[in-house]
Amino acid sequence: MSHFDSYRRRLLGAASATLAGLTIAPGVLLQTVQAKADNEAASSQQRWGLLIDTNLCEPGCDKCVTACNQEHGLRPLHGPETDAQWIRKVSLKHKQSGHELHMPVMCQHCGEPPCVDVCPTGASFKRADGIVLVDRHICIGCRYCMMACPYKARSFVHEKLTDQLPRAPRGKGTVEACTLCVHRIDRGDDNTACSEACPNTAMTFGDLKDPASEISQKLAQLGGQELRKKLKLDTGVRYQGIPA
Amino acid sequence: MVTQRYQPITTSSAYKLSMVIALVGLCISGLGAFNMEHEGHHITGMSNQVIWGMPHVIAIFLIVSASGALNVASIASVFNKDFYKPLARLSAVVAVALLVGGLAVILLDLGRPDRLLIAMTHYNFSSIFAWNIILYTGFVGLTLVYLWTMLDWQVEQYKRIAGIAAFCWRLILTAGTGSIFGVLIAREAYNIAIMGPMFIVLSLAYGLAFYLIVLDLFMDKEEFTKVEQRLSRLLVVLVLCGLAVSVIYHLANWFLFDAQSFEFFLLASDEVYPWLLWGVHLTLGCILPILLLHKHKTILASLLVIIGGVAQFYALVIGGQSYPMPLLEGYAATSTFSDGIIASYSPSHWELMLGSGGFAVALLITVFTMRLFRLLPSSR
Repeated sequence: MSHFDSYRRRLLGAASATLAGLTIAPGVLLQTVQAKADNEAASSQQRWGLLIDTNLCEPGCDKCVTACNQEHGLRPLHGPETDAQWIRKVSLKHKQSGHELHMPVMCQHCGEPPCVDVCPTGASFKRADGIVLVDRHICIGCRYCMMACPYKARSFVHEKLTDQLPRAPRGKGTVEACTLCVHRIDRGDDNTACSEACPNTAMTFGDLKDPASEISQKLAQLGGQELRKKLKLDTGVRYQGIPA
Repeated sequence: MVTQRYQPITTSSAYKLSMVIALVGLCISGLGAFNMEHEGHHITGMSNQVIWGMPHVIAIFLIVSASGALNVASIASVFNKDFYKPLARLSAVVAVALLVGGLAVILLDLGRPDRLLIAMTHYNFSSIFAWNIILYTGFVGLTLVYLWTMLDWQVEQYKRIAGIAAFCWRLILTAGTGSIFGVLIAREAYNIAIMGPMFIVLSLAYGLAFYLIVLDLFMDKEEFTKVEQRLSRLLVVLVLCGLAVSVIYHLANWFLFDAQSFEFFLLASDEVYPWLLWGVHLTLGCILPILLLHKHKTILASLLVIIGGVAQFYALVIGGQSYPMPLLEGYAATSTFSDGIIASYSPSHWELMLGSGGFAVALLITVFTMRLFRLLPSSR
């Protein structure tokens, strides 16, 4: 085989690989960012989640909290005891060694959510793609879900609200929590407000069921722990840098 | 065979005073409930940390007591004890009245009480709360049927079967109410299987205490003297049973469920809960009533049993929520959302106003029904 033939074959091979890549890549991308039609249900093909690397989470930084508040129109009203907090920054200190950790905590979007089990009307529900939400139309405000949540991730709306955002419907007398920015997911965005705002990229959002997603690859590489894992809730939010 | 006669209560001063107290209580609680619903729960002491407050303490206490108020009727029908048969009618009425009072408070504390219809039409059958809604309405229905069989001689032959059904239902109901807490795996105070049985045992004394107060206030003194001793003795036994099951709860938490720090918080910290449990529940609510019952101070003793019961439920419901939940074992947490600290709670007057409505509703139903129907035994 002449040098010309060898060169021609390598050129054709590279061109074919490029062509195949260009054909497949948009498909792969489309699978993760394509907007859902309004009448299209969430799919169990996905399980949305977050991976939080506590080694990258800086003490004192609360950009994720600010971003969430802005995204959903949460404002301080009658004090921290009764104000809604969908995400909070928690600092943890080991009682003996003094080792410190910092992490955002929000609804952990459990695979086996206690809030869904206890809700008398079914207002607390889990979508097929793993997002745990509250249907504000049938929430009666009994707060049993808040009693049941092991992460204190839910808030009750203690007062009248005005100027709510269309993307985050809220109302007095109902319970609410992190929605994993479901409005963004449903329109095809590939990130949550908190994750997007993190300056150190400590938060990775993605599809836990897609082995090629960044979150799955990071989990495959370094693993990720659940908070209060003894409860076996199969959380959609995982943490790196915390003791197993 | 002597036919037992019954009589309605007369418009005595006790009746008039009870009606006035009940109606004033209703107005006060209506005002409290209206303001809470109008302004929102931020005017109460409840928060995102202490989620269920004083209205829940009172409501749960009344619901649990409702089951116990049926004691006398159950002993009469299920165990066929003749002594208790003339007293069974009132027992059923007090049971329904207490349950309706408790439910009224729970309903008016909801964030959206206007969605009652949704609560009655959307059932999540994996929720013990949804099951309890069925249990409560079923209890009211079944007890009313039972009452009917006691009041109407034409259906008297069904009295025993209705009594047995109501007895079984009340046991399930109280276990179900306890299980509302028992299934909460998140919190150390509640995640314990004894909650259901404990509520059943606690209900016995609290319900009987309510029943005895009504009996003492409205029954002929002569008639009351005949039954007082035996019912007082029963109350002493049931108070001791309640105390025993409470001790078992604390011991199980301490030794079996590794919740020593929570038990220390509840029983020996400088918070209000040790005072409530040792001072109000044990001393005022158990020991003192037992002494008073020996001296025939039935009303005072029963009142103290009730106060002790409310204190116990307060410690359990509020204390259980105040105690911080651990996020990561071995680590102390701090945050802007009260992580890692004991949440503070003090009931606002709005909550107390709403809670008082539960007692007012129960009193109104009991007294009004006693006036309408022949519920109390008569010697004449």
